[in-house]
Amino acid sequence: MKKIYYLWLRQIKKYLRSTPRLLGLLAQPIIFLVMFGYGFGNSFGGGGGNYLDYLAPGIIGMSIIFTAIFSGLEVIWDKQFGFLKETLVAPMPRTDVMIGRTIGTATAATMQGIVVLIISFFFGFRPVSVAAIIPAILIMFLISLTFSALGTVIGSVLDDMQAFPIIINFLIQPMFFLSGALFTLQGLPGWLSFISRIDPLTYGVDALRVLLADIGHTDLGLGIDIIVLSATSLLFVLLGGYFFNKIEA
Amino acid sequence: MIEVHNLTKKFGDFTAVDDVSFNVADGEVFAFLGPNGAGKTTTVKMLTTLLHPTAGRILLDNVDPVMDPELARRQFGIVFQDPSLDDDLTAWENMDLHGVLYDVPDDLRRKKCEELLKYVDLWDRKDNLVKEFSGGMKRRLEIARGLLHEPKILFLDEPTTGLDPQTRNLLWDRLQELNKTEKMTIFLTTHYMDEAERMATHIAIMDHGKIIATGTPDSLKKQTNTDSIEAAFLALTGRHIREEEGGAGDRTRSMGRVWQGGGRR
Repeated sequence: MKKIYYLWLRQIKKYLRSTPRLLGLLAQPIIFLVMFGYGFGNSFGGGGGNYLDYLAPGIIGMSIIFTAIFSGLEVIWDKQFGFLKETLVAPMPRTDVMIGRTIGTATAATMQGIVVLIISFFFGFRPVSVAAIIPAILIMFLISLTFSALGTVIGSVLDDMQAFPIIINFLIQPMFFLSGALFTLQGLPGWLSFISRIDPLTYGVDALRVLLADIGHTDLGLGIDIIVLSATSLLFVLLGGYFFNKIEA
Repeated sequence: MIEVHNLTKKFGDFTAVDDVSFNVADGEVFAFLGPNGAGKTTTVKMLTTLLHPTAGRILLDNVDPVMDPELARRQFGIVFQDPSLDDDLTAWENMDLHGVLYDVPDDLRRKKCEELLKYVDLWDRKDNLVKEFSGGMKRRLEIARGLLHEPKILFLDEPTTGLDPQTRNLLWDRLQELNKTEKMTIFLTTHYMDEAERMATHIAIMDHGKIIATGTPDSLKKQTNTDSIEAAFLALTGRHIREEEGGAGDRTRSMGRVWQGGGRR
């Protein structure tokens, strides 16, 4: 347990110490809140609500998916800059190494989500109830865990950062856009609708909307959201453990 | 202590380690020599559970690292050839984390971290991030970290490359002491022949993936009719220079420089 805790702590320290990355990851949601909140908000007619209330949970989801996947992909950095070897030869199960890392990056991504929630207050976003913030943070953690573990799976399989743009363009961005973070998913062509249905972020954003905004959520229901998020995070953690165990350095 | 039988590692068509067998007895200082690209590091990686052998069998204190990697990892410590520190942590944090991962009890860990950081003259820099360190300082920190726990077998893959003579001598004194008092078995690779001559009780010379000679330093000199290990080495491996290809590591490192504005290595 202590070893897992130390590896968890390492990820948190790395997250807090990387100032340029921290600023970059904060700038992105602010830009989206400004551009879409003000720019798009004027043309938002449906539902009779405020677009910002619709947007804020989506932007929280966005910042979490980017932070979590990037941090999960740090496995590749650690492979190439050498630190991974130090943990791979340590006398502990590799699964424990993977769990410490992944929960650490998931915690960092959850912190990021909380910060974005606070930022959205400054743009005028008000959650429907203060009490809902606690379960919303738990949802943020489930989203974070799902995508940190997915990042770990990808990072364990890849050997260098060459494929990085492909991951961004063909995986993260489609998952973000088709999650309903920015716009409602009604009226999408069948195949796009299918992709959005298998995108875990769809369920994460939906759950955040149910809890925080009570506007524009789908008719899935919070129960289904939580079941899907729990199942996908478990699946990716298991896959992450499997591939992490196979790493040769 | 270390038994290796017919060990082979292939990467595609390329055979990096070709049917290698050797034994290292308990308490030996075993030097593994060979030109660049001979297969030394690949062998060390197979011994330390980082690579799976294509064929052959290894026993570390009677534990097979392929069958039971976790138990095998409890038998050894290693100082890698390539950097393996976390640049975003301080010197102290790197040491402390290593101590925790290797089950060094709290009190002893603090005591030894302090002692070793002083030993390699990094105590005043203990709270600095490793990314602010020079290459030599990083190397010293890795050595200190490698000595933090006292395993039965210590692997050192070119430990003294990039070290100044002062630190090199400190390291050898320390290793000889550990070898004598703790009966630690030491397995090292090096390009410094004088080092092998001075330290090693046994030497194996590897070239093109095969072991071409083994024995005590004296027997190798006798065998080649030379008066130093360096001359024996050149007599056995020839004088032409070997080339190694850059791997994925070099590619990512150059990409890392672009990405992070040259802040890293």
